[in-house]
Amino acid sequence: MSSQVTTRPQAEREVIPAPPQRRARRRTNATPYLLLAPAAIFLVVFFAWPMMQALLLAVRTGTGAWTTQYFRQMITDVQFARAIRNTLLLIVTLVPLQMVLALVMALLLNSNLRGKSFFLYAWAIPLAISDLAAGIVWLAIFADRGYLNSMLVSWGLSDTLFNFLSYEHPVSMFVAVMLAETWRATWIVMVILVAGLQVIPKEYSEAAEVFGATRWQRLRHVTLPLLRPSLQVALILRTILAFQVFAVVIALTGRNLPVLASEAYNWYNGYNNPNVAAAYALLILLFSVVNTFVYLRALRIRDEEVGIA
Amino acid sequence: MAEILIQNITKTYAGGKQPAVNDVNLTIRDGEFMVLLGPSGCGKTTLLRMIAGLEYTDAGQISIGGRDVTDLPPRKRQIAMVFQSYAVFPHQTVFENIAFGLRMRKERDADVKRKVERSAALLQLEPYVERYPAQLSGGQRQRVAVARAIVMEPKVLLMDEPLSNLDALLRLHFRADLKKLVQDLKATTIYVTHDQVEALSLGDRIAVMRQGEVIQCSSPMAVYDRPATEFVGSFIGNPPMNFLRGRVERTNGHVHVTLHEHVLTAPPELAQHAGRDVLIGIRAENIEAEARETPDNLPARTEVVEPLGSHLLVTAAIGDQRLKLLTRTDFPAQPDGPLWLRPEPDKLRWFEVDTGREIGPTPQQRTEA
Repeated sequence: MSSQVTTRPQAEREVIPAPPQRRARRRTNATPYLLLAPAAIFLVVFFAWPMMQALLLAVRTGTGAWTTQYFRQMITDVQFARAIRNTLLLIVTLVPLQMVLALVMALLLNSNLRGKSFFLYAWAIPLAISDLAAGIVWLAIFADRGYLNSMLVSWGLSDTLFNFLSYEHPVSMFVAVMLAETWRATWIVMVILVAGLQVIPKEYSEAAEVFGATRWQRLRHVTLPLLRPSLQVALILRTILAFQVFAVVIALTGRNLPVLASEAYNWYNGYNNPNVAAAYALLILLFSVVNTFVYLRALRIRDEEVGIA
Repeated sequence: MAEILIQNITKTYAGGKQPAVNDVNLTIRDGEFMVLLGPSGCGKTTLLRMIAGLEYTDAGQISIGGRDVTDLPPRKRQIAMVFQSYAVFPHQTVFENIAFGLRMRKERDADVKRKVERSAALLQLEPYVERYPAQLSGGQRQRVAVARAIVMEPKVLLMDEPLSNLDALLRLHFRADLKKLVQDLKATTIYVTHDQVEALSLGDRIAVMRQGEVIQCSSPMAVYDRPATEFVGSFIGNPPMNFLRGRVERTNGHVHVTLHEHVLTAPPELAQHAGRDVLIGIRAENIEAEARETPDNLPARTEVVEPLGSHLLVTAAIGDQRLKLLTRTDFPAQPDGPLWLRPEPDKLRWFEVDTGREIGPTPQQRTEA
């Protein structure tokens, strides 16, 4: 009796999970992970791992003891305050300027204007140029014997060569960096805004037009509010990138206009101190995170405002 | 007064082979409800958008209330419009949506509030004024779009298939509401639709369009009863008008048409078509069916019987030509059984085979409502 009772459930257990089925199911379950694996491995090896390393570099000495000495070293350095000031100044001037410029460009590209594709191609040129190359192009313009000075002299507007990029002229130096950065990096904001404009159904603008809105009122009351998600993305992305501004600054000013990223580079390469460089990198990360958080809160888009076509 | 005068309006879209709207002339009287009806691609929406000012015209003139508006932007035409997609602003509450036009006019806040509340009440939107469009159903959004238009107290109201995105039951319900609203508004209304039932039920007059041209413009009953072409007859009515081929013959000065060895008396206008084929048009409800043979009736064969509740819809064959007719529900129709048909003589319409045009009354008689 007892042996019969124990064997029957065993037999049932064997019947239910058919081996071929089980194997097939396991394969379908693994497929997404297999597909994700290359990207995941890449991210871990080249991003997550170095990031951890950088974090540890900033808070641990060579012997493995925890320390805040590198942060103190960073803060007490004479260049630190200037780097922060310059970076923030660049952000508060560059980002609004680029947002407005990019919006005008995007609206122009989204209009029925004849020859708008010419503008698209012209504006896309900086997209194909590396930031260091862009810096060198603008150096050729602002250098002592650069294009700008040659032009000013040949048109008789000036009889001496002006040192635009000299540390004695911080304003012209700053303006040169701003111009170069504006030229180099406005396209990314423009592309995001053009994409955003293209998904807004034209009926909204038409309805506003029928109900009496002028071009300006349509922009203010309809297009801009509907473009808010794209504006938000563009703003976050452009500000984060502005915290990392580097190659153009280095190419145009060398060390005369210290910014956060150039200081990180300088500590790493000039002073052979990767620990303070890592502290700078962490500071940039912290700024970016806080800034993104503030943007997301300030430009919050209610769920009920989106999601209808 | 807001009579709309459309003269020789033509529009060809860039890259279009044929004009979307081709030399259209139309007068919409003050306070009239005009329906532009036609299949998709017939140019009805393009015509409406040109009246709104949302499309440029290639040629011709549009005037509203005696004022030439052909080259005016939409906001200077003093119109209101309901869009097919509603185009209710998703970032504004229902209240702000309805108030949009009033705010553009810079009306005082107190007036805006009073008017918006009245329109919201008319369209049963009071509980939703603080909501966002995404929190509303399709029917509610549609009502917001209508409220936004009527709050303007417009002289001219344009509607582009406003009911086509609603489900069938809601559409039927809202159609009557809409008719009442527009009657009370007393605005000159142009309503675009491809739904012939909507056109018949709403319009004071219907302009039937095809391939960019207005084929017929008359009262709903006239369009239904006296279609100007075979196309109009087959587009309007459910089931569409039956068209049978017959041959015009003339004996002893009398004109008649033979249809599958049977003779129908024909009006004298058909005399000039003697010896040629014509199309005989007759509506399903204008054919009487008999279960027994009588001398004057057309013998036919029942093919399909479809009970519709109020009627039977019978598909019958005369020779190799098919037609549909409505009978009482107690009619003893049997598939493949014989039946005898008697079309009402004064409901017979005659059309040219090659052009599809009606033979008979002059075009003037047709256009008059």
